[in-house]
Amino acid sequence: MLDWLTAPQTIFFLSVTMVVFLALQISAAVMVYAERKVAAFMQQRYGPYLVGPKGLLQPIADIVKLVFKEELKPKAADTLLFAAAPVISAIAAFTAFAPVPFGAATTFFGLLPEPMPLMVADINVAVLVIFAVTSMGVYGIVLAGWSSNSKYSLLGGLRSSAQMISYELAYGMSLATIVMLAGSLSLREIVDAQQGYWLGFIPKWYAFINPISFLIFTTAGIAETNRAPFDFPEAEQELVAGYHTEYSSMRFALFFLAEYINMVTVAAVATNLFLGGWHGPFIPEAYGWIWFLIKLSVLCFGYLWLRWTLPRFRYDQLMGFGWKLLLPAATINLLVSAAGVLYFGL
Amino acid sequence: MGFDQFLFFVFAGVAVLGSLLVIGQRNPIYSVLALIVAFFGLSGLYVLLEAPFVAVVQIIIYAGAIMVLFLFTVMLLNVPREDAAEWDRAHPYYRPWALRVGTALAVVMALQLGWALSRTPGLGVGVADERPAISSVAELGRVLFTDYMFAFEVTSILIIVAMVGAVALARKRES
Amino acid sequence: MAIGYYLVLSGLLFAIGAAGVFLRRNIITLLLSVEIMLNAVNLAFVAFGRQLGTVDGQIITFFVMTVAAAEAAVGLALVIGLFRHRESLNPEAFTSLKW
Repeated sequence: MLDWLTAPQTIFFLSVTMVVFLALQISAAVMVYAERKVAAFMQQRYGPYLVGPKGLLQPIADIVKLVFKEELKPKAADTLLFAAAPVISAIAAFTAFAPVPFGAATTFFGLLPEPMPLMVADINVAVLVIFAVTSMGVYGIVLAGWSSNSKYSLLGGLRSSAQMISYELAYGMSLATIVMLAGSLSLREIVDAQQGYWLGFIPKWYAFINPISFLIFTTAGIAETNRAPFDFPEAEQELVAGYHTEYSSMRFALFFLAEYINMVTVAAVATNLFLGGWHGPFIPEAYGWIWFLIKLSVLCFGYLWLRWTLPRFRYDQLMGFGWKLLLPAATINLLVSAAGVLYFGL
Repeated sequence: MGFDQFLFFVFAGVAVLGSLLVIGQRNPIYSVLALIVAFFGLSGLYVLLEAPFVAVVQIIIYAGAIMVLFLFTVMLLNVPREDAAEWDRAHPYYRPWALRVGTALAVVMALQLGWALSRTPGLGVGVADERPAISSVAELGRVLFTDYMFAFEVTSILIIVAMVGAVALARKRES
Repeated sequence: MAIGYYLVLSGLLFAIGAAGVFLRRNIITLLLSVEIMLNAVNLAFVAFGRQLGTVDGQIITFFVMTVAAAEAAVGLALVIGLFRHRESLNPEAFTSLKW
């Protein structure tokens, strides 16, 4: 009766889920370390170097510190929502990675009867699911801002919801462009549509076929994840710490975790949509996840690079940029691509 | 009871409880959140009905956009909880005649609905028994942009009108 | 799952929404109740569409969603305008035109 529980497929599925879950947490820790090191490098200082060799154990020290901090809650806060907000953020962040494939289908050294894709959930409307789940993340931030019952938090939450709604449109438009080019909503099929080369060495990535879409996606992705130069919800000079001003200890850690995981997810989705996912030269198909990790790391580094290079926008500039430049550009790009698909069969 | 049936009752329960919470308590923020939960229940039901695209669009449009708009408004206005005293005064239960007539009408409506349902043939037929499901997004798009082309274009006009209307209504008058 | 279950559920949700419109004294909750009713109808559409094996049920759902979005945008703009005038969201506060 419980045969399915010990079937290779089930075990494979469960292990992939666990691996993704742990990898996301580890990636957040790695990103925190990388962020501090990159920031230090760009500001010509050392960054963390005391804990462990080259400060490599710094994330662990951070976690220990966060766990042992006192949990604070403002007296006038809404108890239930105050506790729920960081959880919503973290759940949305973890769930969004579920339909993201990170490697070619594998039989896992022949242990599985048929090849299974390296992803948690192979959904045929994966692109939309990711879009839906990331748009849930805004609730964590808005509710955190509201339930804290503090002016700074509320302003941070309001700004964030306005910003995320505005940029979601451009984000969705650039997604739609790629969906149209690939003719599929499944990330696995979109990645497979990017196989092959032009002239033998230029990979057929959608980033090359449709660079405008790639730019719009990454820009809107940065705004969606509230990273600099769009980090208004937590602009420290104006809003102390924005929506998580009143949070401390593990609840704060959950927000922190969600922010970095969202970054990794957006980078992973961009890798799959625009950079050909796990396809690449030199490395055999079965080890495609190595290429995936390389592309992912490059994009994540781009995130950090931007943060420590660009100054923050002004808030009205940010909204104007989203509505007056990014959205029309995305719409025109969508129309042009549609014409391209229709008349030239791109 | 099959797994599908079990899921149906779980999702249906979530939808009904969420909806009840929307109208059952006085804090507007909680109402909005309860409705989002109810939408997730409905979305699950759409998945059971083999309409994954509708299920995802339900989350994107309702939970991801419309409800954020509601939440935004509630936060912007800092809407207070409904005032209990005012509520009591205005509540239909405190107007005997409204209560009696309303209850009578509700009972009649429920009876009629039950009568009509009991006489409808084929209620026991499973939704998935007779025909295969069409859940492909491509087919959906084909029908939407051919058979329903006119309705689709009219909808776009509706949206523009709504957009202009919303901006015109919510704008502060300069004076 | 029999179609009857879906219809009963849809009716139940619609009734809850209607009850909300009658019982609540807060315009925002009224709008939310209207959304519940729209969704109840959507559910019936999708269930029937599934049974008849057509996509029409799903497509009508999209139109209902668009109408709901338009209604929410205009409705909330009205709410903001009303709140500026009366500092209240109780529908009973907006009776200037009643005599």
